[in-house]
Amino acid sequence: MRVLPSGSTALLVELDDLDAVLALYAALAEEPPDGVVDIVPAARTVLLVTDPARTSLSAVGDAVRRTTPRPGTRTGGDVVELPVHYDGEDLDELAGLLDLAPEELVRRHTAGEWTVAFGGFAPGFGYLTQPGGQWDVPRRSTPRTKVPPGSVALAGEFSGVYPRESPGGWQLIGRTDVAVFDLDRNPPALLRPGVRVRFVETAPG
Amino acid sequence: MTRALTVLAAGPLTTVQDAGRPGQAALGIVRSGACDRAVYRQANRLVGNPEGLAVLEVTYGGLAVRAEADLLVVTTGARCAGPFPHAAPTALRRGTELRLGPPGTGLRTYVAVRGGIDVPPVLGSRATDVLSGLGPAVVADGDVLPVGPPVDPMPGVDLAPVPEIPGGEVTVAVLPGPRSDWFGDAGWAALTGRAWTVTNESNRVGLRLDGVPLERVQNGELPSEGMVRGALQVPPSGTPVLFLADHPVTGGYPVIGYVADEPVRSDVDRCGQLRPGQTLRFRAAQ
Repeated sequence: MRVLPSGSTALLVELDDLDAVLALYAALAEEPPDGVVDIVPAARTVLLVTDPARTSLSAVGDAVRRTTPRPGTRTGGDVVELPVHYDGEDLDELAGLLDLAPEELVRRHTAGEWTVAFGGFAPGFGYLTQPGGQWDVPRRSTPRTKVPPGSVALAGEFSGVYPRESPGGWQLIGRTDVAVFDLDRNPPALLRPGVRVRFVETAPG
Repeated sequence: MTRALTVLAAGPLTTVQDAGRPGQAALGIVRSGACDRAVYRQANRLVGNPEGLAVLEVTYGGLAVRAEADLLVVTTGARCAGPFPHAAPTALRRGTELRLGPPGTGLRTYVAVRGGIDVPPVLGSRATDVLSGLGPAVVADGDVLPVGPPVDPMPGVDLAPVPEIPGGEVTVAVLPGPRSDWFGDAGWAALTGRAWTVTNESNRVGLRLDGVPLERVQNGELPSEGMVRGALQVPPSGTPVLFLADHPVTGGYPVIGYVADEPVRSDVDRCGQLRPGQTLRFRAAQ
Protein backbone atom coordinates (compact mmCIF):
# COMPACT_ATOMS: atom_id res chain seq x y z
CA MET A 1 0.00 0.00 0.00
CA ARG A 2 1.30 3.44 -0.97
CA VAL A 3 -0.36 6.58 0.39
CA LEU A 4 0.15 9.58 -1.88
CA PRO A 5 -1.07 13.13 -1.26
CA SER A 6 -3.59 14.35 -3.82
CA GLY A 7 -3.40 18.06 -3.20
CA SER A 8 -4.03 19.73 0.15
CA THR A 9 -7.35 17.98 0.86
CA ALA A 10 -7.12 14.37 -0.35
CA LEU A 11 -5.05 11.19 -0.16
CA LEU A 12 -4.70 8.59 -2.90
CA VAL A 13 -4.07 5.06 -1.64
CA GLU A 14 -2.45 2.86 -4.25
CA LEU A 15 -3.03 -0.91 -4.03
CA ASP A 16 -1.92 -4.04 -5.88
CA ASP A 17 -5.17 -5.02 -7.55
CA LEU A 18 -8.91 -4.52 -7.65
CA ASP A 19 -9.55 -7.08 -4.90
CA ALA A 20 -7.27 -5.15 -2.55
CA VAL A 21 -9.08 -1.92 -3.50
CA LEU A 22 -12.48 -3.42 -2.74
CA ALA A 23 -11.32 -4.95 0.53
CA LEU A 24 -9.91 -1.63 1.78
CA TYR A 25 -12.93 0.29 0.50
CA ALA A 26 -15.32 -2.08 2.31
CA ALA A 27 -13.53 -1.45 5.60
CA LEU A 28 -13.27 2.34 5.08
CA ALA A 29 -16.90 2.70 3.98
CA GLU A 30 -18.02 0.84 7.10
CA GLU A 31 -15.98 3.09 9.39
CA PRO A 32 -14.78 6.23 7.62
CA PRO A 33 -11.90 8.04 9.34
CA ASP A 34 -12.97 11.27 11.08
CA GLY A 35 -13.19 14.24 8.72
CA VAL A 36 -13.37 12.18 5.51
CA VAL A 37 -16.22 13.37 3.27
CA ASP A 38 -15.80 11.17 0.18
CA ILE A 39 -14.22 7.79 -0.52
CA VAL A 40 -13.72 6.93 -4.20
CA PRO A 41 -12.62 3.40 -5.08
CA ALA A 42 -11.22 2.89 -8.59
CA ALA A 43 -9.31 0.20 -10.48
CA ARG A 44 -6.09 0.31 -8.41
CA THR A 45 -6.65 3.16 -5.96
CA VAL A 46 -8.89 4.50 -3.21
CA LEU A 47 -9.17 8.28 -2.93
CA LEU A 48 -10.09 9.82 0.43
CA VAL A 49 -11.34 13.40 0.28
CA THR A 50 -11.16 15.25 3.59
CA ASP A 51 -12.73 18.33 5.13
CA PRO A 52 -9.54 20.21 6.06
CA ALA A 53 -11.38 22.09 8.80
CA ARG A 54 -12.01 18.79 10.59
CA THR A 55 -8.87 16.71 10.11
CA SER A 56 -5.36 16.59 8.67
CA LEU A 57 -3.96 14.45 5.87
CA SER A 58 -1.46 12.86 8.26
CA ALA A 59 -4.24 11.82 10.66
CA VAL A 60 -6.22 10.29 7.81
CA GLY A 61 -3.11 8.57 6.45
CA ASP A 62 -2.49 7.02 9.88
CA ALA A 63 -6.11 5.88 10.07
CA VAL A 64 -5.86 4.22 6.65
CA ARG A 65 -2.68 2.37 7.63
CA ARG A 66 -4.40 1.10 10.77
CA THR A 67 -7.45 -0.13 8.80
CA THR A 68 -7.83 -3.87 8.39
CA PRO A 69 -9.10 -4.64 4.86
CA ARG A 70 -12.17 -6.82 4.52
CA PRO A 71 -11.54 -9.20 1.63
CA GLY A 72 -14.20 -11.19 -0.16
CA THR A 73 -16.73 -8.38 -0.36
CA ARG A 74 -17.56 -8.89 -4.02
CA THR A 75 -20.43 -11.30 -3.60
CA GLY A 76 -22.66 -9.86 -0.91
CA GLY A 77 -25.00 -7.52 -2.76
CA ASP A 78 -28.41 -7.70 -4.42
CA VAL A 79 -28.81 -9.30 -7.85
CA VAL A 80 -30.12 -7.14 -10.69
CA GLU A 81 -31.21 -8.64 -14.04
CA LEU A 82 -30.60 -6.39 -17.02
CA PRO A 83 -32.30 -7.35 -20.30
CA VAL A 84 -30.00 -6.42 -23.21
CA HIS A 85 -30.54 -6.11 -26.94
CA TYR A 86 -27.17 -7.27 -28.28
CA ASP A 87 -27.14 -5.06 -31.36
CA GLY A 88 -24.31 -2.68 -30.45
CA GLU A 89 -22.41 -0.87 -33.19
CA ASP A 90 -19.07 -2.36 -32.11
CA LEU A 91 -20.25 -5.93 -31.51
CA ASP A 92 -19.03 -7.50 -34.75
CA GLU A 93 -15.75 -5.61 -34.92
CA LEU A 94 -14.96 -6.25 -31.25
CA ALA A 95 -15.78 -9.95 -31.61
CA GLY A 96 -13.29 -10.04 -34.51
CA LEU A 97 -10.64 -8.29 -32.38
CA LEU A 98 -11.15 -10.87 -29.61
CA ASP A 99 -11.14 -13.72 -32.14
CA LEU A 100 -14.68 -14.75 -31.23
CA ALA A 101 -17.94 -15.15 -33.10
CA PRO A 102 -20.39 -12.39 -32.06
CA GLU A 103 -22.70 -15.05 -30.61
CA GLU A 104 -19.85 -16.36 -28.48
CA LEU A 105 -19.06 -12.85 -27.18
CA VAL A 106 -22.73 -12.47 -26.18
CA ARG A 107 -22.69 -15.91 -24.57
CA ARG A 108 -19.68 -14.94 -22.44
CA HIS A 109 -21.22 -11.59 -21.51
CA THR A 110 -24.46 -13.25 -20.36
CA ALA A 111 -22.73 -16.20 -18.69
CA GLY A 112 -22.18 -15.78 -15.00
CA GLU A 113 -22.56 -12.80 -12.73
CA TRP A 114 -20.92 -9.44 -12.92
CA THR A 115 -20.35 -7.31 -9.83
CA VAL A 116 -20.24 -3.55 -9.57
CA ALA A 117 -16.70 -2.99 -8.34
CA PHE A 118 -16.95 0.78 -8.08
CA GLY A 119 -18.69 3.80 -9.55
CA GLY A 120 -17.35 6.88 -11.27
CA PHE A 121 -17.10 8.63 -14.64
CA ALA A 122 -20.70 9.86 -14.45
CA PRO A 123 -23.62 9.69 -11.99
CA GLY A 124 -24.84 6.09 -11.88
CA PHE A 125 -22.06 4.61 -14.02
CA GLY A 126 -20.83 1.36 -12.43
CA TYR A 127 -17.63 -0.48 -13.34
CA LEU A 128 -18.69 -4.15 -13.51
CA THR A 129 -16.24 -7.02 -13.26
CA GLN A 130 -16.65 -10.73 -13.69
CA PRO A 131 -14.69 -12.45 -10.93
CA GLY A 132 -12.26 -14.70 -12.75
CA GLY A 133 -13.35 -13.12 -16.02
CA GLN A 134 -10.79 -13.02 -18.77
CA TRP A 135 -11.88 -9.79 -20.42
CA ASP A 136 -9.19 -7.55 -21.87
CA VAL A 137 -10.95 -5.23 -24.26
CA PRO A 138 -9.18 -2.34 -26.01
CA ARG A 139 -10.88 1.05 -25.95
CA ARG A 140 -11.89 2.56 -29.26
CA SER A 141 -8.99 4.49 -30.74
CA THR A 142 -11.28 7.47 -31.29
CA PRO A 143 -13.89 8.01 -28.57
CA ARG A 144 -17.46 8.73 -29.64
CA THR A 145 -18.66 12.21 -28.80
CA LYS A 146 -22.17 10.86 -28.14
CA VAL A 147 -22.94 7.44 -26.72
CA PRO A 148 -26.70 6.79 -26.47
CA PRO A 149 -28.18 6.26 -22.99
CA GLY A 150 -28.58 2.61 -22.00
CA SER A 151 -25.61 1.50 -24.11
CA VAL A 152 -23.99 -1.65 -22.74
CA ALA A 153 -20.25 -1.51 -23.27
CA LEU A 154 -16.91 -3.19 -22.61
CA ALA A 155 -13.40 -1.81 -21.93
CA GLY A 156 -10.42 -3.39 -20.22
CA GLU A 157 -11.65 -5.88 -17.62
CA PHE A 158 -14.90 -3.93 -17.19
CA SER A 159 -18.43 -3.79 -18.52
CA GLY A 160 -20.72 -0.82 -17.98
CA VAL A 161 -24.04 0.79 -18.87
CA TYR A 162 -24.09 4.47 -19.92
CA PRO A 163 -26.70 6.20 -17.69
CA ARG A 164 -27.22 9.15 -20.04
CA GLU A 165 -25.97 10.39 -23.36
CA SER A 166 -22.30 11.25 -22.95
CA PRO A 167 -18.97 11.00 -24.73
CA GLY A 168 -17.27 7.63 -24.36
CA GLY A 169 -14.54 5.39 -25.71
CA TRP A 170 -15.86 1.99 -24.68
CA GLN A 171 -16.92 -0.69 -27.18
CA LEU A 172 -20.71 -0.77 -27.55
CA ILE A 173 -22.14 -4.28 -27.68
CA GLY A 174 -25.80 -3.67 -26.90
CA ARG A 175 -28.37 -1.59 -25.07
CA THR A 176 -30.82 -1.95 -22.21
CA ASP A 177 -34.15 -0.20 -21.64
CA VAL A 178 -33.60 -0.20 -17.87
CA ALA A 179 -32.79 3.26 -16.47
CA VAL A 180 -29.64 2.70 -14.42
CA PHE A 181 -29.83 6.24 -12.97
CA ASP A 182 -33.22 7.65 -12.06
CA LEU A 183 -33.63 10.66 -9.76
CA ASP A 184 -37.16 9.48 -8.87
CA ARG A 185 -35.74 6.30 -7.35
CA ASN A 186 -34.07 6.10 -3.94
CA PRO A 187 -31.16 5.58 -4.27
CA PRO A 188 -31.06 6.87 -7.85
CA ALA A 189 -28.13 4.65 -8.91
CA LEU A 190 -29.11 1.04 -9.66
CA LEU A 191 -25.51 -0.15 -10.14
CA ARG A 192 -23.97 0.68 -6.77
CA PRO A 193 -20.70 -0.90 -5.59
CA GLY A 194 -21.36 -4.50 -4.47
CA VAL A 195 -24.52 -4.99 -6.58
CA ARG A 196 -24.43 -8.18 -8.68
CA VAL A 197 -25.66 -8.04 -12.27
CA ARG A 198 -26.84 -10.68 -14.67
CA PHE A 199 -27.19 -9.64 -18.32
CA VAL A 200 -30.02 -11.43 -20.15
CA GLU A 201 -30.29 -11.46 -23.93
CA THR A 202 -33.60 -10.16 -25.17
CA ALA A 203 -35.01 -9.88 -28.67
CA PRO A 204 -34.15 -6.72 -30.61
CA GLY A 205 -36.92 -4.16 -30.30
CA MET B 1 -46.49 38.97 -2.04
CA THR B 2 -44.31 36.11 -3.34
CA ARG B 3 -40.67 36.25 -2.46
CA ALA B 4 -39.04 35.68 -5.85
CA LEU B 5 -36.73 37.06 -8.52
CA THR B 6 -37.88 37.17 -12.14
CA VAL B 7 -35.02 36.73 -14.59
CA LEU B 8 -35.22 39.40 -17.30
CA ALA B 9 -31.86 38.43 -18.85
CA ALA B 10 -29.77 35.46 -17.78
CA GLY B 11 -26.49 36.70 -19.30
CA PRO B 12 -23.87 34.36 -20.86
CA LEU B 13 -24.13 31.75 -18.08
CA THR B 14 -25.91 32.04 -14.76
CA THR B 15 -26.45 28.99 -12.55
CA VAL B 16 -27.82 28.31 -9.09
CA GLN B 17 -25.03 27.13 -6.78
CA ASP B 18 -24.54 26.18 -3.17
CA ALA B 19 -21.94 24.19 -1.22
CA GLY B 20 -22.53 21.18 -3.49
CA ARG B 21 -23.29 17.53 -2.80
CA PRO B 22 -20.29 15.97 -1.01
CA GLY B 23 -20.34 12.33 0.05
CA GLN B 24 -21.67 10.80 -3.17
CA ALA B 25 -18.51 10.55 -5.27
CA ALA B 26 -18.46 6.75 -5.04
CA LEU B 27 -21.68 6.84 -7.09
CA GLY B 28 -20.06 9.02 -9.74
CA ILE B 29 -21.59 12.21 -8.36
CA VAL B 30 -19.08 15.03 -7.97
CA ARG B 31 -19.44 17.67 -5.27
CA SER B 32 -19.99 20.57 -7.72
CA GLY B 33 -21.18 23.79 -6.04
CA ALA B 34 -19.80 27.34 -6.24
CA CYS B 35 -16.56 27.64 -8.22
CA ASP B 36 -15.19 30.33 -5.87
CA ARG B 37 -16.23 28.96 -2.52
CA ALA B 38 -14.76 31.76 -0.38
CA VAL B 39 -16.66 34.45 -2.26
CA TYR B 40 -19.83 32.31 -2.22
CA ARG B 41 -19.64 31.96 1.59
CA GLN B 42 -19.00 35.69 1.93
CA ALA B 43 -22.15 36.45 -0.10
CA ASN B 44 -24.34 34.40 2.24
CA ARG B 45 -22.73 35.90 5.34
CA LEU B 46 -23.35 39.45 4.16
CA VAL B 47 -27.13 38.94 3.91
CA GLY B 48 -27.38 36.89 7.11
CA ASN B 49 -27.98 33.54 5.44
CA PRO B 50 -26.96 30.31 7.17
CA GLU B 51 -24.08 28.48 5.49
CA GLY B 52 -25.05 26.38 2.52
CA LEU B 53 -27.96 28.40 1.09
CA ALA B 54 -28.15 28.72 -2.68
CA VAL B 55 -27.06 31.83 -4.59
CA LEU B 56 -26.68 32.78 -8.25
CA GLU B 57 -23.28 32.29 -9.86
CA VAL B 58 -23.09 34.82 -12.70
CA THR B 59 -20.41 34.27 -15.35
CA TYR B 60 -19.16 37.49 -16.95
CA GLY B 61 -22.09 39.62 -15.82
CA GLY B 62 -25.13 40.18 -17.98
CA LEU B 63 -27.74 39.19 -15.40
CA ALA B 64 -30.88 41.29 -14.99
CA VAL B 65 -33.51 40.34 -12.39
CA ARG B 66 -36.64 42.00 -11.02
CA ALA B 67 -37.62 41.66 -7.35
CA GLU B 68 -41.19 40.44 -6.86
CA ALA B 69 -41.06 41.41 -3.17
CA ASP B 70 -38.84 43.61 -1.01
CA LEU B 71 -35.60 41.62 -0.87
CA LEU B 72 -32.11 42.12 0.54
CA VAL B 73 -29.43 41.37 -2.06
CA VAL B 74 -25.64 41.45 -2.25
CA THR B 75 -23.08 40.85 -5.00
CA THR B 76 -19.58 39.49 -4.27
CA GLY B 77 -16.69 38.27 -6.39
CA ALA B 78 -16.11 39.88 -9.77
CA ARG B 79 -17.30 43.50 -9.55
CA CYS B 80 -19.74 44.16 -12.39
CA ALA B 81 -20.26 47.48 -14.13
CA GLY B 82 -23.43 49.30 -13.10
CA PRO B 83 -24.86 51.34 -10.23
CA PHE B 84 -25.53 48.41 -7.87
CA PRO B 85 -23.23 48.59 -4.83
CA HIS B 86 -20.69 45.74 -4.57
CA ALA B 87 -20.08 43.71 -1.40
CA ALA B 88 -22.69 45.89 0.30
CA PRO B 89 -26.07 44.37 1.25
CA THR B 90 -28.71 46.45 -0.53
CA ALA B 91 -32.51 46.51 -0.41
CA LEU B 92 -34.07 45.65 -3.76
CA ARG B 93 -37.61 46.97 -3.50
CA ARG B 94 -40.51 45.15 -5.05
CA GLY B 95 -40.67 45.86 -8.78
CA THR B 96 -37.12 47.23 -9.03
CA GLU B 97 -34.37 45.67 -11.09
CA LEU B 98 -30.79 44.59 -10.55
CA ARG B 99 -28.73 44.76 -13.74
CA LEU B 100 -25.11 43.60 -13.86
CA GLY B 101 -22.77 44.83 -16.60
CA PRO B 102 -19.59 42.99 -17.52
CA PRO B 103 -16.99 42.79 -14.73
CA GLY B 104 -13.82 44.88 -14.99
CA THR B 105 -11.68 42.03 -13.73
CA GLY B 106 -12.52 38.50 -12.63
CA LEU B 107 -15.16 36.20 -14.08
CA ARG B 108 -17.69 35.02 -11.51
CA THR B 109 -20.05 37.19 -9.48
CA TYR B 110 -22.19 35.74 -6.71
CA VAL B 111 -25.64 37.19 -6.06
CA ALA B 112 -27.02 36.21 -2.67
CA VAL B 113 -30.57 37.02 -1.59
CA ARG B 114 -31.57 36.99 2.07
CA GLY B 115 -33.45 33.68 2.46
CA GLY B 116 -31.56 31.95 -0.35
CA ILE B 117 -32.62 30.87 -3.85
CA ASP B 118 -35.21 28.23 -3.00
CA VAL B 119 -35.44 26.01 -6.09
CA PRO B 120 -36.00 22.29 -5.33
CA PRO B 121 -32.81 20.48 -4.29
CA VAL B 122 -31.55 17.49 -6.29
CA LEU B 123 -29.76 14.81 -4.27
CA GLY B 124 -29.41 17.18 -1.36
CA SER B 125 -28.09 20.23 -3.21
CA ARG B 126 -29.23 23.10 -5.42
CA ALA B 127 -25.95 23.15 -7.35
CA THR B 128 -26.04 22.88 -11.14
CA ASP B 129 -23.38 20.43 -12.35
CA VAL B 130 -22.80 21.35 -15.98
CA LEU B 131 -20.83 18.16 -16.72
CA SER B 132 -23.35 15.58 -15.52
CA GLY B 133 -26.49 17.71 -15.93
CA LEU B 134 -27.50 17.18 -12.29
CA GLY B 135 -29.26 19.89 -10.34
CA PRO B 136 -31.45 22.80 -11.42
CA ALA B 137 -31.44 23.79 -15.09
CA VAL B 138 -29.15 26.64 -16.14
CA VAL B 139 -30.93 29.94 -15.40
CA ALA B 140 -32.87 31.19 -18.45
CA ASP B 141 -34.67 34.38 -19.43
CA GLY B 142 -38.15 34.45 -17.89
CA ASP B 143 -37.38 32.08 -15.00
CA VAL B 144 -39.03 32.94 -11.70
CA LEU B 145 -36.65 31.98 -8.90
CA PRO B 146 -38.32 31.51 -5.51
CA VAL B 147 -36.58 33.03 -2.48
CA GLY B 148 -36.78 31.38 0.94
CA PRO B 149 -37.71 33.04 4.24
CA PRO B 150 -35.00 34.84 6.26
CA VAL B 151 -33.62 32.75 9.13
CA ASP B 152 -30.48 34.15 10.77
CA PRO B 153 -30.22 37.68 12.23
CA MET B 154 -28.62 40.31 10.01
CA PRO B 155 -24.89 40.70 10.64
CA GLY B 156 -25.11 44.49 10.58
CA VAL B 157 -22.43 45.00 7.94
CA ASP B 158 -23.00 47.81 5.45
CA LEU B 159 -19.96 47.19 3.28
CA ALA B 160 -17.29 44.50 3.21
CA PRO B 161 -13.90 45.89 2.19
CA VAL B 162 -12.72 43.41 -0.43
CA PRO B 163 -9.72 43.55 -2.75
CA GLU B 164 -10.33 43.68 -6.50
CA ILE B 165 -9.84 40.39 -8.31
CA PRO B 166 -6.57 40.76 -10.25
CA GLY B 167 -6.41 40.80 -14.03
CA GLY B 168 -3.23 40.01 -15.96
CA GLU B 169 -0.76 37.44 -14.67
CA VAL B 170 -1.70 35.41 -11.61
CA THR B 171 0.59 33.09 -9.61
CA VAL B 172 -0.78 30.24 -7.51
CA ALA B 173 0.83 27.63 -5.24
CA VAL B 174 1.05 24.07 -6.54
CA LEU B 175 1.88 20.81 -4.74
CA PRO B 176 3.29 17.73 -6.47
CA GLY B 177 0.48 15.40 -7.56
CA PRO B 178 0.32 11.62 -7.17
CA ARG B 179 1.71 11.11 -10.70
CA SER B 180 4.34 13.85 -10.79
CA ASP B 181 6.94 11.10 -11.24
CA TRP B 182 5.46 10.44 -14.71
CA PHE B 183 7.01 13.77 -15.74
CA GLY B 184 10.27 13.66 -13.76
CA ASP B 185 12.14 16.62 -12.30
CA ALA B 186 12.29 18.26 -15.72
CA GLY B 187 8.50 18.09 -16.02
CA TRP B 188 8.01 19.69 -12.61
CA ALA B 189 10.53 22.40 -13.49
CA ALA B 190 8.68 23.00 -16.75
CA LEU B 191 5.30 23.19 -15.02
CA THR B 192 6.54 25.74 -12.49
CA GLY B 193 8.89 27.60 -14.82
CA ARG B 194 6.59 28.32 -17.74
CA ALA B 195 3.70 30.69 -18.26
CA TRP B 196 0.33 29.13 -19.08
CA THR B 197 -2.52 30.84 -20.84
CA VAL B 198 -6.16 30.20 -19.93
CA THR B 199 -7.99 29.25 -23.15
CA ASN B 200 -11.58 30.02 -24.07
CA GLU B 201 -12.45 26.32 -23.85
CA SER B 202 -12.47 26.74 -20.07
CA ASN B 203 -15.65 26.33 -18.03
CA ARG B 204 -16.87 25.10 -14.64
CA VAL B 205 -15.37 21.68 -15.39
CA GLY B 206 -11.88 23.09 -15.67
CA LEU B 207 -9.41 25.59 -17.05
CA ARG B 208 -7.82 24.36 -20.26
CA LEU B 209 -4.33 25.80 -20.37
CA ASP B 210 -2.16 26.53 -23.37
CA GLY B 211 1.62 26.63 -23.37
CA VAL B 212 4.70 24.57 -24.28
CA PRO B 213 3.54 20.95 -23.76
CA LEU B 214 4.89 18.92 -20.83
CA GLU B 215 6.70 15.72 -21.73
CA ARG B 216 6.20 12.42 -20.00
CA VAL B 217 9.16 10.36 -18.88
CA GLN B 218 6.92 7.40 -18.09
CA ASN B 219 4.55 6.06 -20.68
CA GLY B 220 1.69 3.62 -20.57
CA GLU B 221 -1.92 3.84 -19.54
CA LEU B 222 -3.04 4.92 -16.09
CA PRO B 223 -6.09 3.08 -14.74
CA SER B 224 -8.76 5.68 -13.92
CA GLU B 225 -8.45 7.08 -10.39
CA GLY B 226 -10.36 9.50 -8.21
CA MET B 227 -9.49 13.17 -8.21
CA VAL B 228 -10.53 16.40 -6.55
CA ARG B 229 -10.72 19.99 -7.68
CA GLY B 230 -7.37 21.66 -8.13
CA ALA B 231 -5.95 18.66 -10.01
CA LEU B 232 -3.64 19.47 -12.91
CA GLN B 233 -4.38 16.58 -15.22
CA VAL B 234 -2.12 16.18 -18.24
CA PRO B 235 -3.73 14.55 -21.29
CA PRO B 236 -1.59 13.25 -24.18
CA SER B 237 -1.45 16.78 -25.68
CA GLY B 238 0.87 17.76 -22.79
CA THR B 239 -1.04 20.93 -21.86
CA PRO B 240 -2.64 20.66 -18.41
CA VAL B 241 -6.31 20.92 -17.50
CA LEU B 242 -6.96 22.45 -14.07
CA PHE B 243 -10.08 20.85 -12.62
CA LEU B 244 -12.69 23.15 -11.06
CA ALA B 245 -16.06 22.47 -9.40
CA ASP B 246 -17.70 20.19 -11.99
CA HIS B 247 -14.69 17.96 -12.77
CA PRO B 248 -15.25 14.26 -13.46
CA VAL B 249 -15.09 12.08 -10.32
CA THR B 250 -12.40 9.87 -11.86
CA GLY B 251 -9.88 10.47 -14.60
CA GLY B 252 -7.46 8.36 -16.57
CA TYR B 253 -4.67 10.85 -17.25
CA PRO B 254 -1.80 11.46 -14.84
CA VAL B 255 -2.05 14.36 -12.37
CA ILE B 256 1.28 16.18 -12.20
CA GLY B 257 0.24 18.58 -9.44
CA TYR B 258 -2.52 20.09 -7.36
CA VAL B 259 -3.24 23.78 -6.92
CA ALA B 260 -3.40 24.53 -3.18
CA ASP B 261 -6.95 24.49 -1.82
CA GLU B 262 -6.52 25.61 1.78
CA PRO B 263 -9.83 26.30 3.52
CA VAL B 264 -9.11 29.93 4.34
CA ARG B 265 -7.15 31.13 1.32
CA SER B 266 -7.78 28.81 -1.60
CA ASP B 267 -5.80 29.24 -4.79
CA VAL B 268 -8.37 27.02 -6.56
CA ASP B 269 -10.97 29.66 -5.71
CA ARG B 270 -8.72 32.30 -7.29
CA CYS B 271 -8.35 30.15 -10.41
CA GLY B 272 -12.15 30.04 -10.65
CA GLN B 273 -11.98 33.79 -11.37
CA LEU B 274 -9.53 33.56 -14.29
CA ARG B 275 -10.65 34.64 -17.73
CA PRO B 276 -9.60 33.29 -21.09
CA GLY B 277 -6.38 35.03 -22.14
CA GLN B 278 -5.07 35.52 -18.61
CA THR B 279 -1.62 34.14 -17.77
CA LEU B 280 -1.24 31.64 -14.97
CA ARG B 281 2.02 30.71 -13.25
CA PHE B 282 2.59 27.90 -10.78
CA ARG B 283 4.89 28.38 -7.79
CA ALA B 284 5.98 25.29 -5.86
CA ALA B 285 4.24 25.35 -2.47
CA GLN B 286 6.47 25.48 0.63
